Amino acid sequence: MTSNFLKVTIERGAGAKNAQRVFEVPAHENQTVLDVVSWIQQCADPTLSYRFACRVGMCGSCAMMVNGVPRWTCRTHISKVLDDNAVTIGPLRNLPTIKDLVVDMDPFFDKWVAAEGMHHGGRTREHPIAPVDEKSAARIEANAGIECINCSVCYAACDTVAGNPEYLGPAALLRAWTLLNDARDEGREAILDAVSDKSGCHNCHSMGSCTAYCPNELDPMSAIAGLKRETTKSFLGRVR
Amino acid sequence: MNAANGIVSRAHPLWLAYVLHRLSGIGLAVFLPLHFWVLAMAMTAPARLDAFLAMSGAGVAKLAEFGLVFLLAVHMFGGLRLMALEWLPWRPSQKTLAAGAAAASFLIASFFLLKAV
Repeated sequence: MTSNFLKVTIERGAGAKNAQRVFEVPAHENQTVLDVVSWIQQCADPTLSYRFACRVGMCGSCAMMVNGVPRWTCRTHISKVLDDNAVTIGPLRNLPTIKDLVVDMDPFFDKWVAAEGMHHGGRTREHPIAPVDEKSAARIEANAGIECINCSVCYAACDTVAGNPEYLGPAALLRAWTLLNDARDEGREAILDAVSDKSGCHNCHSMGSCTAYCPNELDPMSAIAGLKRETTKSFLGRVR
Repeated sequence: MNAANGIVSRAHPLWLAYVLHRLSGIGLAVFLPLHFWVLAMAMTAPARLDAFLAMSGAGVAKLAEFGLVFLLAVHMFGGLRLMALEWLPWRPSQKTLAAGAAAASFLIASFFLLKAV
């Protein structure tokens, strides 16, 4: 650290458009972006609203825009993002701001449902447990996406979402692709129908910001490419 | 700087490849009507076409032609990249190998081109 204080600019949203406030925050050796925001709320401005829960990168609630990049703030060391000892923190892009750094996640989760991102079970308790072959190609595809923590970083990074608010977005489509490859899920038709309409996977321009910024290093862009292949195969199958 | 609307988050290779593909496409879309208009002069105004062709030997025209070939090449490779990306479910290591092979063949082709020049 070149100075004992960090210059932290907070963008306070809803109702106070572009209202920026600058804080001087004491610098420490070990400090995450979330630590910095918490210090401001606890020591400088108790009216600052933000969201967090687990602080260890599991719950997906603390994502914010940090110097123009969506990040999970609890696992982002401040030294990684400081620019000339300063940092700008704002609410996530592509979601309505409720207050300060808190965004309304409803559109994000509604799209998970719209993309059929829920389990489609076909068995009852009378049936044996569905066998899962860990080595099958489909299971490997499914496993690649199951660590999503719903943090909405990919959704905030996506320019297609910014241009088309109806677009389901990377997280919901990654979920759909995971379920499509899950041997226990029996909703193949419903998923393919959900992801192939005008708000679906074919909106994606493969810009790759979702994959570039996913904090868990998942690959929604390739998952969406998989959905494009499967929906096209399904369409050609119906035409024939 | 506006953290929420800044363009910093787009500065990664995949997004730059996307933008290059789009811009080269727009460049070609602007060029093609002009190209057909000039070709049509062969039927409507041969003298004007000859005058234009005589002018095409100039340095500026050569530079423009270089730009045109560049746009075509960039757009074609952008399209091939996109089709490979979306239609071939490659693993990251396979993508790296394919990119390496493309780079190696480009180098060899450039070597032959330099020898020919």
